[in-house]
Parts: sequence; structure tokens; C-alpha cells
Amino acid sequence: MKKKFLSLMLAMTMVLGLAACGGQEESTGDTSGETADNTASEAPAEGTAFKLGGTGPLTGGAAIYGNAAYRGAQIAVDEINAEGGAIQFDLRYEDDQHDAEKAVNAYNILKDWGMQISLGSVTSKPCEATAAETYADRIFALTPSASSTATTEGKDNMFQMCFMDPNQGSASALYISEKGLGSKIAIIWKNDDVYSKGIHDTFVDEAAALGLEIVSDTTFADGNDTDFSVQLTDAQNNGADLVFLPMYYQPASLILSQASAKGYAPKWFGVDGMDGILTMEGFDPALAEGVMLLTPFNADATDDKTVAFVTEYQERYGETPNQFAADAYDCVYAYKQALEAAGATPDMSAEELCELMIQQFTSMTFNGLTGENMTWDATGAVSKSPKGMVIENGAYVGLD
Amino acid sequence: MANKLNTLNKTNRWNYITYLLVIIAYVILQVMSSTGSISSSLKGMLVPICAYVVMAVSLNLTVGVLGELSLGHAGFMSVGAFTGVTAAVSLQNLIPFAPLRLAVSMVVAALFAALAGFLIGIPVLRLKGDYLAIVTLAFGEIIKSIFNNLYVGLDESGFHFSLLSDTTDLSENGTLIIGGPMGIGSIQKISTFTAGFILVMITLVVVFHLVNSRAGRAIMAIRDNRIAAESVGLNITKYKMMAFVTSAALAGSAGALFAMNYSTIVANKFDFNTSILVLVFVVLGGLGNMLGSIIAAAALTILPEALREFSDYRMLVYAIVLILVMLATNNPTLKSFLARLKPGKRGEKEAA
Repeated sequence: MKKKFLSLMLAMTMVLGLAACGGQEESTGDTSGETADNTASEAPAEGTAFKLGGTGPLTGGAAIYGNAAYRGAQIAVDEINAEGGAIQFDLRYEDDQHDAEKAVNAYNILKDWGMQISLGSVTSKPCEATAAETYADRIFALTPSASSTATTEGKDNMFQMCFMDPNQGSASALYISEKGLGSKIAIIWKNDDVYSKGIHDTFVDEAAALGLEIVSDTTFADGNDTDFSVQLTDAQNNGADLVFLPMYYQPASLILSQASAKGYAPKWFGVDGMDGILTMEGFDPALAEGVMLLTPFNADATDDKTVAFVTEYQERYGETPNQFAADAYDCVYAYKQALEAAGATPDMSAEELCELMIQQFTSMTFNGLTGENMTWDATGAVSKSPKGMVIENGAYVGLD
Repeated sequence: MANKLNTLNKTNRWNYITYLLVIIAYVILQVMSSTGSISSSLKGMLVPICAYVVMAVSLNLTVGVLGELSLGHAGFMSVGAFTGVTAAVSLQNLIPFAPLRLAVSMVVAALFAALAGFLIGIPVLRLKGDYLAIVTLAFGEIIKSIFNNLYVGLDESGFHFSLLSDTTDLSENGTLIIGGPMGIGSIQKISTFTAGFILVMITLVVVFHLVNSRAGRAIMAIRDNRIAAESVGLNITKYKMMAFVTSAALAGSAGALFAMNYSTIVANKFDFNTSILVLVFVVLGGLGNMLGSIIAAAALTILPEALREFSDYRMLVYAIVLILVMLATNNPTLKSFLARLKPGKRGEKEAA
């Protein structure tokens, strides 16, 4: 028995030893997603770089968004540090598993690390929780992609790089009505998701104001998001000629393939969460042919900035960046511009930087991958125009 | 007879050690946080740890003492969280003193959770073993679905409720408290470590007194042999219900404490995974062993954060640590060693 116990103890020490090695290996290896520790060693010595922190789902169901944002930000930071200008960054992302509780834990870890400016959180609900913390601690935060209204509400130091959900809903309705894309509209949305609900509600309001007729309004939720025959039949029976899909791309991909299987071919209209559908594993891009979506970022754009970013991203991670990556990339450059304009130095405290950043962000104009002439108002919402895209031959083409 | 008295004293002594350890931990942490010598990471976890400790101790009452496997404990936490925050929001002007408001809303949360526990208990407690586990699991999911679709608003004319879509039709001064899938936002963070500590102490007092009372012995008799207990005239349903409702009420107040430590809360937080997490605390700490639950809840809440240096591999390491701890605590050598240290042996048979 003693032997057994001893062997157990030995096994435990071995596993812990292994795990520790794993951790070290990882921090020295560069090619994969994990480069935070690495950057820390590359970056200029303590006190000469701004400590930039953010939380996002790096593991779990929403990991694709967190990793995209993290990678986008990493590319921007590496570019800026390589230039060797006055503004240098030290980036650290912590995993929040798309959970408010874990996000606050992750935020506290970053605070212990000495974070000076924050990238908030990648997804909405966790960001709402961390925003309350950054507000209380007076750390300036600019989230790449947390789009709910509640994220910025009542917080003077919380800014967004993406559209707010309500804006997407009304912009979509306006776009459909202006371009005369459809007369009878069906909506399928996810009723336990803040993002989906936010867009749905404003879309319905705006559609009513514009005289668009909504003939079918059906929902799904976590757990029953694999079979959409009921929703599609309802839309078809009511003669909908355009189906609006305010959701992320996984359920959307299923809807498209199930509609195609039953021979239903209305026009499809999505929002920025749809972005990423073309690169999804196991999805036939031919099914997405003709799908329209509003998104601030187009990976196929031919301007120099986008091409450089997309090439770099593909080289490093072997996939096409989505708008989360682009938003995070823009966030870092927006910070650079603001810090330069304010004449900020890395030895300033988070509080001092917070005041400077609030002044800068409410007054500056920023050109990035996700839009030209972006401005922010005092509530923290960004003003930029969404681009209408249509998928043709497996690529985005501008709708105008 | 002498032997019996002796065990009772040992049990009591063990309970006092538990109280003492909790108080010592509180005092140390309080001193450390006032002198600023703990990291903000640990400081941020103090209130959730208290909430999870209460969850674990209360679930231990159902699983360890009553001997019924419940997989829906997070459902009661959810009921408590939502009703507690609703109470806190509506009492904001009536009770400006935050700690009192927190206390009142935790009481409200406990009452609602107890009510839910009672209603669930009527059908559930007729079942045994696996069936009971499955029904409680389903109950947890039902609660989640309800709060995902419930809208509650408050204005001058009182509360407005609606299901599925927001038809609460509030007046201009009204506020939407529960917003369906959006959960509750902009919560005032009034939970404090001291409140959490007091709740843990109250929970321990309630649970220890229940377990050591006549009713508690009846509950354990039902656990050990239902037929024998019934044959000596014990009212099975009554005692089962007593344990189940107490457990639900404590979970409800833990939910309120937890929710008011964050600025936002969604129903999806209290899903099956959370129930299992709490069950893991209980099993790891030992069925029927309250101090074990407390230590396990605290350790397993801190562990994932402490493992952050492993980055992407941290949940893997977490799982390995769990397995190893399970193996180690079930190791016969270690067990007999612990048994020599530990005066009371309640629940050990169940754990095996």
C-alpha cells in the first residue's frame, strides 16, 4: 500500500514537472497563437513600453473570436515595436472563456501585471463586467468587438471599435429598404444571445418605421441550434423573399445548407457575425453564394493596408483574418495615434493615461482597416459606415 | 452510551474547528487586504469563493447528508441571483444603506429559492437515485430557460412581467430589471467579503445545527436505510423536504451574493456546468464533510487562476490535478491516516 501511495506521489510530481515544461516550451515557441510571454521578452525593458491588456475567449466555444482579436492585436503590436518609434507596446491577453466571472478574474490578473491601457474584452457580456471594473479603477478601455449598448453605457472611459448592435439592426433595415432588396422579410434569430437580440429588436423597429413587411419572426436558442426546418418552413409558407439572419456564422451556415436541401432560395442578409462563413471548415462556400452582409471589414479589399495585414495574418496563422482581427488591429493603431497626439509616456499611471485618452478619443479622427474617418462620441460609440457586401464566387464583393 | 456521547462531542469539536478555521481565514485575509499585501486577483475572487463555499456546503446537505444526488443546484443559485438582484434594485430608494439592502435581498433570494425548492421537491423527492438526479438536472435547465425568456420591469405602478418578448410596456421612469437573454445589467456591486463571510458562517450554523438535531439524525437514518427509517415511523417526505428546502434556500442567498459581486449576470451562467462544478467541490471535499467542501470550493476556485501560466493547457492541467487529488484522497493509506486525524466519520461510508 505504501508502494502504491509512493508511486502516486511520483506520478504527481512527474505530471506537474511535465506541465511546467509544457508551459516553458510554449512561451519560447513562437509560431503558434501563444506569443504573449515572448513579446514581453522582446519588448523594450520595463517602463519603456505601454502595458496593453485585454481579455477574450481564447479557449471554449467562442475561442475563434478571442483568438482572432488577440492575433490581430499581436500583429499590430509587433509592427509598431519593429518600427521602433517612441510608442512601444507590451501586449498581454488573458483567457475569459466568454464568461463574466472569468473575465473579471482575468482582468484582475492583468491589473496585477500593471496594465496601463486596456482592450476591454472581446465578447459583449464579459466586456460589460470588465467595463465596470475599468471604470472603477480608471483604466481606459477600447474594446475591439463587444458591441452591446450596456458595455459603454454610463462609463466615460469605455470606447468601442465596432458598431453597436442597435446600429447594425437599423443600418440593415435602412439598407434593405433603400436598395429595395426585399418586400416580405423573415427573421431568424437567437433569443438567448445579446448580440442577436439587440440587432433583431432595432431591426424590427426600424423596419416598421420604413414600412418593410416582416412576415415571419422565428427564434432558436442554445441547445436547439442544429435543426432549422421549423423556422425555414415558416418563412417559406409566409412567402418571405428575404431572410435576415442576425447571428454568428455557425448557425447561419446550417440554415443555408438546410434551406438549400429543401430547395428554398430567398435572398439572405446577414450582419458582421456572418463574417467568417467562407473560411469555416466543412462548409461549402457555394451555399453562401449571393448572401449579402453588412460588415466593416473586407479581407479581399485591395488597399495596401488591408493587403499587408491579410498577408501577414495568413503567413502567421494560416487563415484569412475576420473582422474581429481587423478591429483589434485597428484598436492598437488607434491607441498609437492617440498616445502620440497626447504626448503620453509609458511611465504615466493608468489614471493619467485614462484622462488623456478620453480627451484624444473624443476629438480625433482615425483611419483604419475597418473604416475611414472614424470618430467617437462621448458615449464611447464609434461612427463609421458599414460596407454592404455580397458573396460572389466565394469572395466578398462590394454591394454598391 | 458513553461511546455515543464521546462521538457527539467529537462531532461538535470538529464543527467548532470548522468555525474557527473559517474565522481565522477571514481575519487573515481581511488584514492582508487592508494592508494591501494580497494581489487584486485574489481579492477579486474572495466574494465568489464565499458564494461557492455556501453552494458546496448547501449541496453537501442534499448529497452527503440526505444522500440524494442533485444535479440542478445551480438552478437554485439562479433563482436566488435573479430575485435577489430584483429585490436590491427595487429597494434602492427605500433602503439607501447598502449592507442592509444586501442582507434584505439575500433573505428575499433565500425565500424564493426555498419556494422553488419546495415546489420542485414535491415531485422530485418521490424519486430515488438516478431518477432524482435526472429530474433535478432537467429542473436546472428549466430555470435557465425561464430566466432566459423572462422580462421584469419596474415603474411607479409596480412590477411588470412578460415572457418571450419584451411587452412590459414601462412608463418613462421605469427600468427593465431582467431583460431576457441579456440578463441583468448595471448591477450595483454591493457584495463584500465581510457579507460573504457572514453568509458562510450562517450557512455553517444552519447546516451543523440541522445535522446535529433530531431532524438531522432522521435525515441520515433515511439516507442509510430508507425502509428501516420508515418502519420506525419517520415521515420520509417531511425530512427529505426539510433538507432539500434548506439546501435550496442557502443556495439562493449564495446566488444573490454572487450576482451582486458582478455588474452583469446572465441565466446561462447557472447552467449544468455550474451544477457539476459545485458537485465536484462536494465530492472532492468528501460527502458529508463540510470543512472538506469549504476547502475544496476555495481551492478549486483559485486553481484555474493560479494555473494561468500554463495558458492554453491550463484546463488540461486543472483536470489532471483533479484526477490526482481524487486518487490521492481515495488512497487507502492516506485515508486511514486522515481517519486517525479526523474525529467524526460521518458520510465516509457514502463516499466509498
